[in-house]
Amino acid sequence: MAKVLMKGNEAIGEAAVLAGCRYYFGYPITPQSELPAYLAKRLPEVDGVFVQAESEVAAINMVYGSGSAGARVMTSSSSPGISLKQEGISYIAGAEVPCLIVNVMRGGPGLGNIAPAQSDYWQSTRGGGHGDYRTIVLAPNSVQEMADMTITGFDLSDRFRNPVLLLSDGVLGQMMEPVNLPEPHDYNINSKKWALGYRGSDKNERNLCSSIFLDNDELEEHNWHLYQKYQVITDLFSKGEYKDFAVEEHLCDDAEIILVGYGIISRILKTVVEKCRKRGIKAGLVRPKVLWPFPTAVFERLAKTASQFLVVEMSCGQMVEDVKLSVDGKKPVFFFGRTGGTVPSDFEILNEVDKLVRPD
Amino acid sequence: MTMKKVFSRPASLSKTPFHYCPGCDHGVIHRLVAEAIDELEVGDRTIGVAPVGCSVFAYDYFNFDFNQAAHGRAPAVATGIKRTRPDSIVFTYQGDGDLAAIGTAEIIHAANRGEKITVIFVNNAIYGMTGGQMAPTTLIGMKTQTSPYGRDASTAGNPIKMSEMIATLESPVYVTRVTINSVANLMKAKKAIYNAFKLQKEGKGFSFVEVVAICPTNWGKKPADSHKWLTENMLPVFPLGTFKDTLGVEKSA
Amino acid sequence: MSKWVINESLCKGCGICIARCPLKILAYADHLTPKGVYPAAITDEAKCTSCAICARSCPDVAIEIYKEEK
Ligand SMILES: Cc1ncc(C[n+]2csc(CCOP(=O)(O)OP(=O)(O)O)c2C)c(N)n1
Ligand code: SF4
Ligand code: SF4
Ligand code: SF4
Ligand SMILES: [Mg+2]
Repeated sequence: MAKVLMKGNEAIGEAAVLAGCRYYFGYPITPQSELPAYLAKRLPEVDGVFVQAESEVAAINMVYGSGSAGARVMTSSSSPGISLKQEGISYIAGAEVPCLIVNVMRGGPGLGNIAPAQSDYWQSTRGGGHGDYRTIVLAPNSVQEMADMTITGFDLSDRFRNPVLLLSDGVLGQMMEPVNLPEPHDYNINSKKWALGYRGSDKNERNLCSSIFLDNDELEEHNWHLYQKYQVITDLFSKGEYKDFAVEEHLCDDAEIILVGYGIISRILKTVVEKCRKRGIKAGLVRPKVLWPFPTAVFERLAKTASQFLVVEMSCGQMVEDVKLSVDGKKPVFFFGRTGGTVPSDFEILNEVDKLVRPD
Repeated sequence: MTMKKVFSRPASLSKTPFHYCPGCDHGVIHRLVAEAIDELEVGDRTIGVAPVGCSVFAYDYFNFDFNQAAHGRAPAVATGIKRTRPDSIVFTYQGDGDLAAIGTAEIIHAANRGEKITVIFVNNAIYGMTGGQMAPTTLIGMKTQTSPYGRDASTAGNPIKMSEMIATLESPVYVTRVTINSVANLMKAKKAIYNAFKLQKEGKGFSFVEVVAICPTNWGKKPADSHKWLTENMLPVFPLGTFKDTLGVEKSA
Repeated sequence: MSKWVINESLCKGCGICIARCPLKILAYADHLTPKGVYPAAITDEAKCTSCAICARSCPDVAIEIYKEEK
């Protein structure tokens, strides 16, 4: 297929349609509004359903209903709206219902502002809602990846019956880039035997979608079952078939300082690495493309060869904690961040690198 | 001489004994739902949505598919299910705390969108499951765990009348309030629930049946006394009747 | 075969059926069920009209009603 020029938010919408998603439930919020606007137009063309809900709370519960009935279904929002969705995400994770949730992050806490941010890392990777659960978190850094990861996200969520979060930000969402759209994917709503309303001839018991286990032993069994599933997912990303998908490494083999960043920051860090190299600083880049499960093994390995790490985020320092946990005290891990909507410049970051490699 | 069965357990009701307190109305209301589903012959394509409240385990008592929703969110969950499987018969079963407090936005907007679902709303003027706290439907002066001096309108507002409120919306096709305090009223309630599901089977709009019910345990009364108390105290505030019947389902039947 | 059949294991002894039988032919039995409930029992089945008021009123669907067919 020929490349088309698209905004990040729209690329997610089109990729969702191509992935066989026919159901979208959402509530307006900046800076993700292009996505629902796109789907409001596009879904009726393919006999799909677009519902503007009365709130993010309602939207995520519609997603719970639709996903439990076997659909490929999605919702999207930005930080304050994602906070409201946490109740529903917890139920969805507990009941093991697949769905895709897009967060086009903006500044917080509270109403914050509508400028890009990366301050929902903890909320995204630590569960966010109540209970012992995980969401798979994908972090694209280009319009192409927003499309690709939408499709991978639906596949992962169906395969593991788990919510998948696509974590983007205001810059990526608004960015225009050429995209290679994938081939359309036929999705059969009757492919899930566990789904409500499934009426295949092989159905012999009624189907139930629930997250309540009143008996202590039953809930414990369920939670360990979820834990086992999360272990399988972790292995798949750290050493299995998604190993290469999970992380991008750039010039790390001989690097003395490893720059670490995800999403939009990783693009700036790539420039910083080039500039460092030109100035004789052996810098490398690690970009986690999957934030949960976190690509710990890469950091364990590089902690042996590199002498220090600099984590850059558009927050006061959230992912840096995972990097520190992975490096496990073997090498120093430093942090540089901007918040409030300012995207740090390559110059600022270069300055930080200079301070670390030439301390005088 | 042979014996003909006059009354027995409806097929859609599972064999699991109810966990409800002795005399609790939830049991009869469950049975009326199951009877309607059986009479309309839609048991193989019905999907229920259970609330948070005493009827949280409603899914155990029916033989068809079920979703268990978060507190108050059942109408949103039902919206997602019905939009995904429009040929299914989708209903929510909700208490007054669930529907008229935490889930007010979800019920009003599902009704306003005219979702083609059926809502069974059990109004017992109290939060049953959590041990008898004040509900939005609690009567003025009624003592509960969180209104120990009686509900005071000046600080806690007045009993909220959901059927009347929902009937002001354009989209719903059937809004009615019934009770099961006597056999005659029980038969009317049975008919109303049947009508509500019949409308859905015919692909019509949003149907809403409020059942004014007892909670003997948290009212601190015997079941028979509770029905008497309901008649004398609740019905004047929550008058029985049909507030909206756009398609005339009650006359056509 | 009886007209009035109770599944005592479902009966919670709430007394609603007893209060509503128009012929007042229902009463509590004088034995306890394994759940510790005095279940409803019929005192004069011959009088029972199989009207099913008791069964329809039972919150626990514990009663089945049969009618003699002529
Ligand atoms: C988010 C949330 N808040 C509070 C609760 C606690 N809670 C459980 S049931 C209930 C009230 C239910 O009352 P009602 O809907 O009237 O049902 P009833 O038990 O009377 O049938 C509450 C507040 C909860 N489970 N979830
Ligand atoms: S607490 Fe009240 S509503 Fe709940 S089961 Fe008991 S009687 Fe019924
Ligand atoms: S069927 Fe009618 S007459 Fe017979 S016991 Fe029940 S209520 Fe009484
Ligand atoms: S109404 Fe049902 S539960 Fe109550 S006493 Fe009669 S048989 Fe038992
Ligand atoms: Mg209640």
